[in-house]
Amino acid sequence: MQLIECPWCGPREEVEFHYGGQAHVAYPEVPAELSDAEWARYLFFRDNPKGSFAERWSHSAGCRRWFNAVRDTVTYQFQTVYRVGERP
Amino acid sequence: MTPRTPGADLPEHPDFLWRTPEPRKSYDVVVVGGGGHGLATAHYLARNHGITKVAVLEKGWLAGGNMARNTTLIRSNYLWDESAGIYEHSLKLWEGLEEDLGYPILFSQRGVLNLAHTLQDVRDSVRRVEANKLQGVDAEWLDPDEVRKVCPIVNTSESIRYPVMGATYQPRAGIAKHDYVAWGFARRADEAGIDLIQDCEVTGFVTDGDRVTGVRTTRGDIACGKVALTAAGSTSVLTDLLGFGVPIQSHPLQALVSELLEPVHPTIVMSNAVHVYVSQAHKGELVMGAGVDSYNGYGQRGAFHIIERQMAAAVELFPVFARAHLLRTWGGIVDVTPDASPIVGKTPFENVYLNCGWGTGGFKATPGVGWAFAHTVANDEPHPLNAPFTLERFTTGRLVDEHGAAAVAH
Repeated sequence: MQLIECPWCGPREEVEFHYGGQAHVAYPEVPAELSDAEWARYLFFRDNPKGSFAERWSHSAGCRRWFNAVRDTVTYQFQTVYRVGERP
Repeated sequence: MTPRTPGADLPEHPDFLWRTPEPRKSYDVVVVGGGGHGLATAHYLARNHGITKVAVLEKGWLAGGNMARNTTLIRSNYLWDESAGIYEHSLKLWEGLEEDLGYPILFSQRGVLNLAHTLQDVRDSVRRVEANKLQGVDAEWLDPDEVRKVCPIVNTSESIRYPVMGATYQPRAGIAKHDYVAWGFARRADEAGIDLIQDCEVTGFVTDGDRVTGVRTTRGDIACGKVALTAAGSTSVLTDLLGFGVPIQSHPLQALVSELLEPVHPTIVMSNAVHVYVSQAHKGELVMGAGVDSYNGYGQRGAFHIIERQMAAAVELFPVFARAHLLRTWGGIVDVTPDASPIVGKTPFENVYLNCGWGTGGFKATPGVGWAFAHTVANDEPHPLNAPFTLERFTTGRLVDEHGAAAVAH
């Protein structure tokens, strides 16, 4: 089990965290004007890179706050963690 | 006394089941991914459509990805007609596959129990049984006493945390020896003249407008008439090279075996609610799997706390396993779609065909999807069995929502 650095609580065990998928996917600015294809892209399509990936994580069994992390999807190593609203 | 030549008295190496050819300059069809689906597609391209100028490109060794890492379960008791169509076709092919391949695959139809632990489980399960009956798929609903008759070692007492309230039963479900299945398909494809090229990773595509005219590989460029992608968890890497997206996320999925035990487990037991499934391989190992690791991953390994949780569930359901030892754990990369159904069909490129998104359930589909995908590639239009599983369904909204509905353990 690896330790994940919560930006508020510090390093905690992986089981305390919940995965939230790709980070920085913004809600459409004018949803009513989206085409079906654009809706599909917003709802169902997420990046799936082999390598560095910016993700959302929640410290669900700790401070219960969401944060972002860049993690390598091959080694599973966390490269950086940062708070919501910040950039890596 | 003269020293003996080392190895002189060892038996001869057995015959190879397939050649190790150098890639040719050009093929009618290049299949990217030499796993079960790629090999089955190659076999049916030759067998059903007479297309043999085909290369199967594999970045590692043949059938060394998910085909070597799955838990070998074969069943067709899904919920929706679209799923029943392709999985039941696959199961029927499994029933004649040894003969077709001329190779033993140890297909053993020992049945599958999908346990229900809550009232909602019971309602969903009964609904699925009735749906299966309408689809012509064998299915029964069993109460706990009947479950015990099929599988005496399941703990059906009231005293466990999530008591067994019944189960669906598909008697024709079973297991097969996954390596033999791959070798059988590979041998037949090779006999038909298809080149199986290992250690050959696709690193790019040569495109001309909406057509792909060749693939770039670690063993040189290869021109092609058509490209069939069967790369499972690595599909996104390929479609990123082509510049179109697929709605899949690659996750680690782990499995494990115990040491060899006397035959003790007569069937397959799956339980979504407590997240474990178990069968006993011919050799005697208990083979277990569960859900995917939550995060995206290409590492072919997962976290140990997932194994720990799955063992807790297994021991609660099968107290007799408490003293069995865990022998090995491993992981594969599964490609999960939003509706837990596969994507099989055409792409934005007119001569590129896509088969991916089988997630945790690809092994059982091997012959069925090979059959349907070969048809799609040969005729440039989907087979009726894979027609519902388009990439466009995520835009039209016509999903085949098997998430949770179909005993799919995600």
